[in-house]
Amino acid sequence: MLTFLRRYGTLAGFLLILIFFTIRLPDTFLTAQNWLNITQQLSMLMVVAAGMTVVMVMGDFDLSVGSTASLAGIVAAVLFILGWPIWAAVGSALLVGLVGGLINGALVSFVGILPFVATLATLTIFSGVAFVISGGKTISGRAIPEAFGNFARDGLVLGPVTVPNLTIVAIVVLAAVWVLLEQTTFGRRLYAIGGNVEAAYLSGVPVRRLKLIAFSLTGLSAAGAGLLYASRVASANPTQGSGLMLNAIAAVFLGMTMSEQGEPRVLATLTGVLILGVLDNGLTQMSVDSYVRQILVGAIIVVAVSASSLSKSARR
Amino acid sequence: MALLSLRDISKAYAGVPALRGVDLDIAPGEIHALMGENGAGKSTLIKILAGVVAPDTATIAIDGRQVTIDSPASARRHGLRFIHQELSVVPALSVAENIVMGRSYPRRAMMLIDWRALHAVARDALETLGITHIDPREKMARLSLGDRMLVKISSAFLAEAGTPARLYVMDEPTAALTRDESERLFKVLRGIKASGNSVLYVSHRIDEVMTLCDRATVLRDGKPIDSGLLADISHDDLVAMMIGRKVGDAYPRATVAPGTEIVYERSGLTLHKGEIVGIAGLSGMGQTELLRQTFGDPAKAWKSGIAYVPKERRSEGLITSRPIYQNITLPHLEAQSLGGTWLTPRRERRFATALGEGVRLRAAGPDQRVLELSGGNQQKVVFAKALGGAPSLLLLDEPTRGVDVGAKFDIYSIIRDMTAKGMAVLLVSSDLPELIGMADRIAIMRDGAITTMVPASGLTEEALLNLCYGRAAEIPQAA
Repeated sequence: MLTFLRRYGTLAGFLLILIFFTIRLPDTFLTAQNWLNITQQLSMLMVVAAGMTVVMVMGDFDLSVGSTASLAGIVAAVLFILGWPIWAAVGSALLVGLVGGLINGALVSFVGILPFVATLATLTIFSGVAFVISGGKTISGRAIPEAFGNFARDGLVLGPVTVPNLTIVAIVVLAAVWVLLEQTTFGRRLYAIGGNVEAAYLSGVPVRRLKLIAFSLTGLSAAGAGLLYASRVASANPTQGSGLMLNAIAAVFLGMTMSEQGEPRVLATLTGVLILGVLDNGLTQMSVDSYVRQILVGAIIVVAVSASSLSKSARR
Repeated sequence: MALLSLRDISKAYAGVPALRGVDLDIAPGEIHALMGENGAGKSTLIKILAGVVAPDTATIAIDGRQVTIDSPASARRHGLRFIHQELSVVPALSVAENIVMGRSYPRRAMMLIDWRALHAVARDALETLGITHIDPREKMARLSLGDRMLVKISSAFLAEAGTPARLYVMDEPTAALTRDESERLFKVLRGIKASGNSVLYVSHRIDEVMTLCDRATVLRDGKPIDSGLLADISHDDLVAMMIGRKVGDAYPRATVAPGTEIVYERSGLTLHKGEIVGIAGLSGMGQTELLRQTFGDPAKAWKSGIAYVPKERRSEGLITSRPIYQNITLPHLEAQSLGGTWLTPRRERRFATALGEGVRLRAAGPDQRVLELSGGNQQKVVFAKALGGAPSLLLLDEPTRGVDVGAKFDIYSIIRDMTAKGMAVLLVSSDLPELIGMADRIAIMRDGAITTMVPASGLTEEALLNLCYGRAAEIPQAA
């Protein structure tokens, strides 16, 4: 029973949430349209959480993803105002995320600062830069090219349903991270670093270089999520990504409760993202106050992590 | 009547039997050794007695009464006490507080602790075991490791819930103790024996068991072998019982003489093809640093055919949460993947299985996680990993520490096999017989530098020890 709770408790909880909403919202919850909506709402979080999984595999984490996302949106918007073509502005915004991640990686691996401190500092810096270059204002309206805003509204028509572009991007990122972590030597080495950094180093794993690359990828994914967000609301605001960081870490933690060794796995992170997203969607439909939602999400994390550590503490 | 009588204890993990019908009797007033190679089932048996692991079948009787042990609390109620290798003490508290830990303190009015009574209880507990040199008021942190263990035993000696202690189970208690501390511990154990209580004593150390214990039960592949009275058998008989074959030499002989081709040369240290150079010295004279220096940058070292078996296998050698095969292939991923990028788990498993067989690794399969293996088998994984790239130079730091007799012999044989193929070995060890038995030449280190280099053959332990202390010694002439 304990072992069952530890391994499958989170999954069982997810099923209970699904059953609950299906019963309470019989007409709207279990429809194709609603689920397409959910995946679209989730896409930003999924992209950030997938990137977050990459650094958390090494036992590190990145607090700066939210402000990187905001900064990327602002950079793209400012370049739009300057008349840059969409591809160049988007490319530059992604580059900003990559460089931000590179800075995080360099601080952690070459300077040797704890990830918590290093990324807390860059969180403030990136956020400050976003405010400075935007003048603290929301950039919207005619400054944002129509095609950029349309991207989030459009989708791939598959017979009767239209799969939103945002959903497709999230799936592509998820698949890419899965391949990277599960199918390549790069991923294997990251897991080795997370398991025992000293043993990994002595086995010839280039720890510093891999940390640098991993943080860069996390920064890149955060910038990507920021652009998806900006496209979805057809505007950019220096604080719009700020909610992503805590939710992304929460999703990875929820996922970690499903692995026997407590290792982050990107498909488990997907489950974590779905739990948060479904809860959000269902509670909104039931008109539950968003502050109550916050309390519930926190409680679910506590319950899931407690259940997964039950059998460990039972031995004492 | 036996104090503890075990009948038909069996336990399998995921279908792999750890214990197969173990019978064991311990008489009152007996120190009974429990021996066996790593992975033979000792820890499983102890965990069953402690109520931590549920057996598949078991009949347990204490003083002739059949009992059920299903939790650590019930084990204590039946008078069983466990003293583990890694002591759980609270260094910030006093000896007396550590002794009464987990029980209620004697009180005075207003819930105040009656310190005088507390110290008296502790002093009684210590003195019953003939321990008079430890002050109950002393802070635990100021005690030596050996004295901490004595305190722990005194604590276990106190009656619990009305049941006095009957049997002490001690798991490798002397592993970290000095010789004097061990002697003091043995005196206490003999006192326990004289009082009619018994000890189940788990140890790898054959000499210790021969002098201290009355009888031994040797576990081999989960089955018990009763040694009979240890006074009637020899040291070698006991070793043979453990490894299941006659012991010849403790160290396999070299079949091929070292070559003349130089494999490694730096700062006064030259290694030839197929040669084993031992590094001796008092502890902390820079032996480990010398190996690290020779190894250099790990990524480059592995590529250039230098392999390293570090001193601490759990913290430096292995990623215990990961499967065996992933540990073995980690330094060789470049070659064991497609183009250095794409994982090929099937090829990796084949590679790891072959290497595992080469080092006589005993495991459920390449996917078993390393943390489920015994110490000796974990060390074999470290060896398999080191030998994976067919290195030309192997650096070994205390390669057989905490490894049982059988696995030790396996490891020595592996080293011999590899040197016969031309690999050179740099062997750091604090085990002097091991250095003399395995090395061709021995370098002595003092204060971070090699001071002397002597041929190993014909060298006595005493001469080597003298050299380590920087005293003159009789050195055999090179043949």
